[in-house]
Order: sequence, then structure tokens, then C-alpha cells
Amino acid sequence: MTRYEKWIAYSTIARKEITRFLRIWTQTLIPPVITSLLYYLIFGAFIGSQVSAIRGVTYMQFLVPGLVMMAVINNAYTNVSSSFFSSKFMKNYEEILVSPTPPWIIVAGYVTGGVARSVIVGLITLAIGLFFTHLSVYNITIIVAFILLTALLFSVAGLFNALFAKNFDDIGIIPIFVLTPLTYLGGVFYSIEALSPFWRTLSQFNPILYLINGFRYGFLGFSDVNVWISFGILIASTAIFTFTACYLFKRGYGLKS
Amino acid sequence: MATSAITLQNIKKIYATGVSALKGIYLDIPEGDCFALLGPNGAGKTTIIGIISGLVEKTEGEVHVFDLNIDEHPEEARACIGVVPQEFNFNIFENCIDIVVNQAGYYGIPRKKAFERTEWAFKELGLWEKRNVPSRTLSGGMKRRLLIARALVHDPKILILDEPTAGVDIELRRSMWEFIRSLINRGVTIILTTHYLEEAESLCKNVAIINKGEIVESGSMKSLLSRMKSEAFIIYTAKPLPEGVAKNLLPFDTVPVDSTTLEVNIREHESLHSFLRLLDLQEIEIVSMKNKTNRLEEIFVNLIAQNK
Repeated sequence: MTRYEKWIAYSTIARKEITRFLRIWTQTLIPPVITSLLYYLIFGAFIGSQVSAIRGVTYMQFLVPGLVMMAVINNAYTNVSSSFFSSKFMKNYEEILVSPTPPWIIVAGYVTGGVARSVIVGLITLAIGLFFTHLSVYNITIIVAFILLTALLFSVAGLFNALFAKNFDDIGIIPIFVLTPLTYLGGVFYSIEALSPFWRTLSQFNPILYLINGFRYGFLGFSDVNVWISFGILIASTAIFTFTACYLFKRGYGLKS
Repeated sequence: MATSAITLQNIKKIYATGVSALKGIYLDIPEGDCFALLGPNGAGKTTIIGIISGLVEKTEGEVHVFDLNIDEHPEEARACIGVVPQEFNFNIFENCIDIVVNQAGYYGIPRKKAFERTEWAFKELGLWEKRNVPSRTLSGGMKRRLLIARALVHDPKILILDEPTAGVDIELRRSMWEFIRSLINRGVTIILTTHYLEEAESLCKNVAIINKGEIVESGSMKSLLSRMKSEAFIIYTAKPLPEGVAKNLLPFDTVPVDSTTLEVNIREHESLHSFLRLLDLQEIEIVSMKNKTNRLEEIFVNLIAQNK
């Protein structure tokens, strides 16, 4: 395939994926909005009003970046895992496998769908947060880099899940038993500074802590962890996950018999 | 000598379960041919198609598509092939037109041209009116035609049809045969697997019969059919057959089925013409006659039985 033909193949998959989640917007875009609205009301407005300021910012200001990142992580992951597993279930992924589209283009196309949905949901979550509080931008480059790379990382992770999944139950296991606990314990709702030394140390083994704090740094200018370490972890994990996904696709893992 | 469209050399496939699906397959399919790949269920036909189209990893051997080794040039090889699978494998929530236009996109065809190609395929296959409905709402026959439209949208040189007329009514089946003939006339190489042996006999020039992962017979349809040791016919007569008709028709091997139906087995050294003349001499008037079974079917059944 020429470069132009590869571009057509990529844009076809990406368009198909974006059209898919926009077509079912009541299932893909509305629920995260309602969830984040409830979080803002309960944790931010009702409970948060009784919580003292964290490093000079209100609890609501502290909460908004965390909830945006949580929405990005969940939506990136579930979009790609459910979309690609549905393709496996209906066997329509074979349409692409019999074509000359290279494996890395297939990965890029599906991941673009996940990134697009998660960034849209993230921006909606941010916009709702701005109804409750104001946020200034400390470093726009950090904000854009963290949101895009996190969306990319969890889209690829969702693709892994779909590749390894044998049934629809397998699609739910990782988000429920791994992703949700790690996200909730990853500093969305609190600063690890407030934890005892044991829990603070334990929290530092949670990779999601670094992503949420890195993103929060872009708005508030402070973080529980070194932002450059966060950035390094994010780039390294994204690179490893992406290359592995391309390799697995090339080998036809979970796709070819 | 005709160029080879597809060459299989010593193709073996052992699945992860340990099942040996293919045990060293050699095939050479000339360009422009309509090639029938026949065999009972589980013989390995779909595995061969899967290996050629890139959906199944072979354990051993080489596949060449127009002299391109599919391991070394997978993209170029796949660009030459269109696949119509046995099962409906499209997204049931997508509209028919989107399924086919997207398929063109995977082959790097620009969107405008993809719509033009889709329109052509849909009109050829009688699907144009259904272009904007979700694929799940189509009837079984229309779903089969959608699979064919999708496989043809990138104008492949080779079309692989895995049971293309399964579950299709006779009228539609015959119209699909006509469509396949038009593709053959345009120079498209066709590989056909089917359980309707009449279909293979009617469309294909060459044939391979596969059983338990091995080719048990391969060659031209004509030479295969000429190997028949005998051919059975059913003859319907205008008036009741006379008493002792079988004796009167000797040396031909005949069996009266009922008062106006006669079965005859014409052996290799006998001629149907002589038998009809004998009937005429006996003043037995024929209303109609037909082959007892499809000729290819008889050979197929015998070959598979020998190979058991």
C-alpha cells in the first residue's frame, strides 16, 4: 500500500469508530456526564464545602482535574475494548484482516476512536466542573500531553483486553476489578499527603496516581509526585503498550487460528 | 502456459488443539480459472481458504498469489483477493452501504471511488434499494449477496467463494451462477467451495476433491467426469412397461421402478444411443429422462467412500 492508501485505510477505521460512539451517544456520552455531575454535586459541593483547602485551592478545584482524568481513563478503555470485542464477536474484524491494511494502521484506527471519545467526555466533564468552580491553567502543554497520552495508553490497554477476551465477561473484569480500584485510590478524590506513611508509600506503586497528579499539575501547579517522573512513566508505558499491541496484531494473536 | 493465480506447496495445518486439518496440500490454480474445491464437512476446505486469505496461520508450506509469496508480500497478495466467507461476518448494526464502502477503504480506495464501486456492485446484485438499511434486516439471500458485493468492491483478480449459495432459493442461486459466469468472462479467477455439486459441475473447469486434509483427486472437470464407470438414468414412459421388460432389454442393466418408470445403468462400454434405439425397437415411448444422480456427485461419493 502507498502512503496515501494507508491514510485512507486509517481514516476509514477511525471514521467508523468515531461514528459508532456518536451514533450511540446516549450510551457513550450521556452516562459519563451524569456520573461526573453527581460526583461534583456530592463530593464537590455537598461534602467538599466542609473540606478545608488543599495547598491553597478549594476541594472542588482539586477534584475537577481528577474527575476529568478518571473519565478519560474509563472511556478510552471501555470504548476500544467493547468496540473491538464486538467486532471479534460478530467476526467482522475479518473484513480488515483479509485486506492489505497493515496491523499498525488497524491499531491506530481503533485507538483513534478511543482517544476521540475519551477526550470529548473529558472536555465535557471539565466544562461541567467549570460551572461549579473556576480553574486557571498553569501549564497548557502538560495538560494537553497528559490528556492525550493517557487517552492513548488506555485505548491501547482496552485493545489488549479485547484481544485476550474470550467472552463479554472478560471485557468487564479488568475495568471492575483493576481499573476502578486503582483510579479511585489514585488520588482523584484526595491528596496522598493526607495519608499515613504506609498508605502513602503503597499509593506510590499505583501507576494511575502519576497520571492524575501530572494532569492536575497542569492546572494547579502542584502535584503529590514529581511531574517529570509521571511524564516518563506515561511515555514509557504508552510506547511499550503500543508496540506490543502492534506486534500482537501482526502475529494475529487472538485473531487468527 | 497459463499464469498461476494461486499456488499451494506442501501446506500443512495443525491447530492448537492438535487436530491436523491439512496434511500437505499441493494445488495450482491457473489465472482466469473457475476452480472447485470440494469435500465433505471438516475436510479442510475452509482452512485452505483461511490460509490463502490470511485468516489462518499455516503450520508449514508456501502460498503464492500471482507469484507473490504471501509471507513476504502479504499486503500485495491480499490486495488481489476478495473473500466471500461461509458465515455472515459483517457488523449487523451497520447500514449495507457503509459496510461495503468501508471495505473499499481498507484497500486504500478513495471514498468517492468507493461509493461508485459500491453502487455498481449493489446494482449488479440487486441490493441498491437496500443500501441504507441495517444489514441485520436483510433476508438470508440478500446477506449472501452483500458478502459478494463487499468482496468485489476493490475489483479483485481472485474471488474466493466459500459456499456462496448455501441457504439460497433455486431462483436466486441460478441468478448468482449467472453473475459468477459474468465474472469468469471478465477474467476473474474464482475459487469455489460448495455442497451443490451441480453448481461446481456447471461453473468450474477444474476441480480438487479434498478429504481429511488431503487432496484425493484433482484435475479438469471433464477428465474427472469421463472416469465414470457407469451412469444411471431414470426413464419415464408414456405407456405401462410390458411384462419382462428387463429381459427384453438385455444386455443393458435395467430395473423397472414402477409401471411407467425404468432405471438403466449405462456402463463404460455401452452407449446411451444404442439403448434408446433398443427402446424404440421395443415400441417403448419415452416421455422424459434424467440422470439418476448428478454425475459429479456420484464420483464424489465414490472417492470419499474409497478414502474412508
